[in-house]
Amino acid sequence: MKTKRLIMVAVGGQGNLLASKILGEAALLSDVPVRMSEIHGMAQRGGVVESAIVLGAAQSPIISDGSADILLGFEPSETLRAINKCNSNTYVITNLAPLPPFTVTIGKGKYPDINLIQKLIKEKVKNLIAFDALDAAKQAGNPMALNIVLLGALSRADILPIPKKNYKTAIKSRVKENFIDINLKAFELGFNAI
Amino acid sequence: MHPLLQENPDKKILVLGNEAIARGAIEAGVSFATTYPGTPSSEISENLFKISHQTDLYFEYSVNEKVALEVAAGAANSGLKTLCIMKHVGLNVAADPLMTLAYVGVSGSLVIITADDPFMFSSQNEQDNRFYGKLSGLPVIEPSSVQEAKDMLIYAFELSEKLKEPVIFRTTTRINHSSAFITLGGIKERKTKGNFKKDPLRYVTVPAVSRNLHLKLLKKIEEAEIISENCEYNFQKGKGELGIITSGVSFLYASDAVEELNIADKVKTLKIGFSNPLPQKKIQDFLKGCKKALIIEEGEPVLETYVKACAQQAGITIPINGKGKNLFNLHFELDPETVKEVISSYFGFDYAPKSKPDASNIPELPMRPPNLCSGCSHRATFYEMKKAAQSLDIDVIYPTDIGCYTLGFMPPLNMGDFLICMGSSVSSSCGFSKAIPGKKVVGYIGDSTFFHSGITGLINAVFNNHNFTLVILDNGTTAMTGHQPNPGVNMKELGLEQYQQVSIENIVKAVGVKHVAVIKPKKVKKSIEAIKEALSYKGVSVIIAQELCVLYAKALKMPKGRPFYVADKCKDHRDCINEVACPSFYIDETNKVKINADTCIGCALCAQICSENAILPVPKS
Repeated sequence: MKTKRLIMVAVGGQGNLLASKILGEAALLSDVPVRMSEIHGMAQRGGVVESAIVLGAAQSPIISDGSADILLGFEPSETLRAINKCNSNTYVITNLAPLPPFTVTIGKGKYPDINLIQKLIKEKVKNLIAFDALDAAKQAGNPMALNIVLLGALSRADILPIPKKNYKTAIKSRVKENFIDINLKAFELGFNAI
Repeated sequence: MHPLLQENPDKKILVLGNEAIARGAIEAGVSFATTYPGTPSSEISENLFKISHQTDLYFEYSVNEKVALEVAAGAANSGLKTLCIMKHVGLNVAADPLMTLAYVGVSGSLVIITADDPFMFSSQNEQDNRFYGKLSGLPVIEPSSVQEAKDMLIYAFELSEKLKEPVIFRTTTRINHSSAFITLGGIKERKTKGNFKKDPLRYVTVPAVSRNLHLKLLKKIEEAEIISENCEYNFQKGKGELGIITSGVSFLYASDAVEELNIADKVKTLKIGFSNPLPQKKIQDFLKGCKKALIIEEGEPVLETYVKACAQQAGITIPINGKGKNLFNLHFELDPETVKEVISSYFGFDYAPKSKPDASNIPELPMRPPNLCSGCSHRATFYEMKKAAQSLDIDVIYPTDIGCYTLGFMPPLNMGDFLICMGSSVSSSCGFSKAIPGKKVVGYIGDSTFFHSGITGLINAVFNNHNFTLVILDNGTTAMTGHQPNPGVNMKELGLEQYQQVSIENIVKAVGVKHVAVIKPKKVKKSIEAIKEALSYKGVSVIIAQELCVLYAKALKMPKGRPFYVADKCKDHRDCINEVACPSFYIDETNKVKINADTCIGCALCAQICSENAILPVPKS
């Protein structure tokens, strides 16, 4: 298959490392080669966590600026910050529920207007899917399932050669047993949100 | 059973590079492993630590890298298969034993992992540890991928066993923290009982012995070069008159570039996995068929310098380049597009990079730096120090050290003025306080870092009669790298009985510090008073701030305190936000200060400093 490069950006604690593991597992089930890399040194201290997931023939585990085919953003201002990874053909999927950084509270920065964030992304890339994934996660029963909601949306966007059922199998194998139902529901809500 | 212990040869599993390395150690039959934790190497040790509880593998968190390597040297010279793990700067700490252990060699086998960190994702420098191979004369093995990280670790042990020398296994962050599917291999049996045959003329490095040992080492290097010439990890792929020589993760970027530029019939690649000593003849043969060569490597021009020397010896005069203008940088890491662009421009192929989005109309986004956690006791100690210094009306220099508390250098705490390496807070405080008479100096160091290399600085301070205050931020764990044990940790809390806890207070008193105070940073008034006394003391004074790391307490399932809220009587002074800056605060739509009850752990620091007493515990429902 043609190489597909996906960048996931999130704030520490939003569960993007689990999301990338599930995506990797789903890729294996679909016979798609996958390599991933992550930068998470200070994730637990509220910093940005970025994972790169490369599916297909390419061997490099990282993604250069301008090279992402897909950008999956867990937080709208972080999605916008990662726009340098995109090109005009990039598919952007983002959660719209903001998580303002602490610098905003102490007056060292201003959180951009959500509509402006959407407008800016839309004018720079071909496809933007933006929705309140936090709300969907809450509906599923746990705000922590936001990561799985976004995987549902990614599945629906149908850019990767990974069948929906393989995501679900991967969720079952990677999520703690008590949380499987909530996460499968979150996946469906994300799938149907777009 | 730990997943890395499963037999299942040929099974594919998705693992982190560091897990692949740990698996490689298990497959190789490693029976003895030592480490001091450091990103990006930490997960190798974490997995081996867990595995050691389920098997007869001996694993230890040593006090620092020098100790880890010396412990490993004892085991490897008792015939055991031994692994020693550290981050790149850790090898500086271990450089002393490394250099002479190279003379002595090993009777079993020893692999030393150095995890380098180009771009400094979580390090204070990006030194290129391939130089340690040249400096010590030891072989260097460099994997390019997650699968190779496992396979080549096994190879490194075979090499060490054959040469009877330690082998340096050099990774970079993009190997350690990449994930991929690996194919499992069989697991060799562990030999756990060692044996030492006395031979002082081999093992006791007095000058007369060392002269012989150096000659022996030089012979080993020659032997290693022959092995490197025939090593399966030094291989050529592709064909053509243009040549690329590369190693490590750069090999992947180069391979993708050649593929995507569709130039596989014009460009051949020599991939170097055994990078010290380099295979001279293989490199010369490769260059002989080339019109032009490009060396692709991160960091220093280690390969490039050697390849040029090889070419000179063989009378090859083709252009050979790597670092320089319009080529590769000496700083930071490489990435696939940069490699593609340099390959195409250097060799003269057309390539139009993808257009990046115009970012000119994007407003400045608020920064999201990492921050001390909600309820972190370091924040309380820093606040109390600030208040104590203000009330004594003194201006203070704050050398700091390596750990979570380094984050205190940011506003509004501003508690960090100087940092170079592990342990430097204590010894540099000695220097500052002597060099600037009358200036108050306060050093900050964490518990693990104190054990690592703070104690010697403190003894130096007492002996030389220095004048400063050292604050030991004792949060009961090695927090920054993921809660690894250190000698001050109560291991019984982890259900592990075979350890003894070492008291920081006893050490400080034993080395002769006369003014020692232990504070509980959550108690603001008492702590400020104790700090004021320490600051007023002439000579070396030590404050030990004891409070368990909040993340560690959570992991140990300790009860969380009741969260606080901001009551209506708040007059919006905002001292809580402006001076304490706990991330649980936020400003709501009506511009009022609020506390996020989900993240507040009830430390009550803010409640103690609010002049209106407006911050109160959430009532029990």
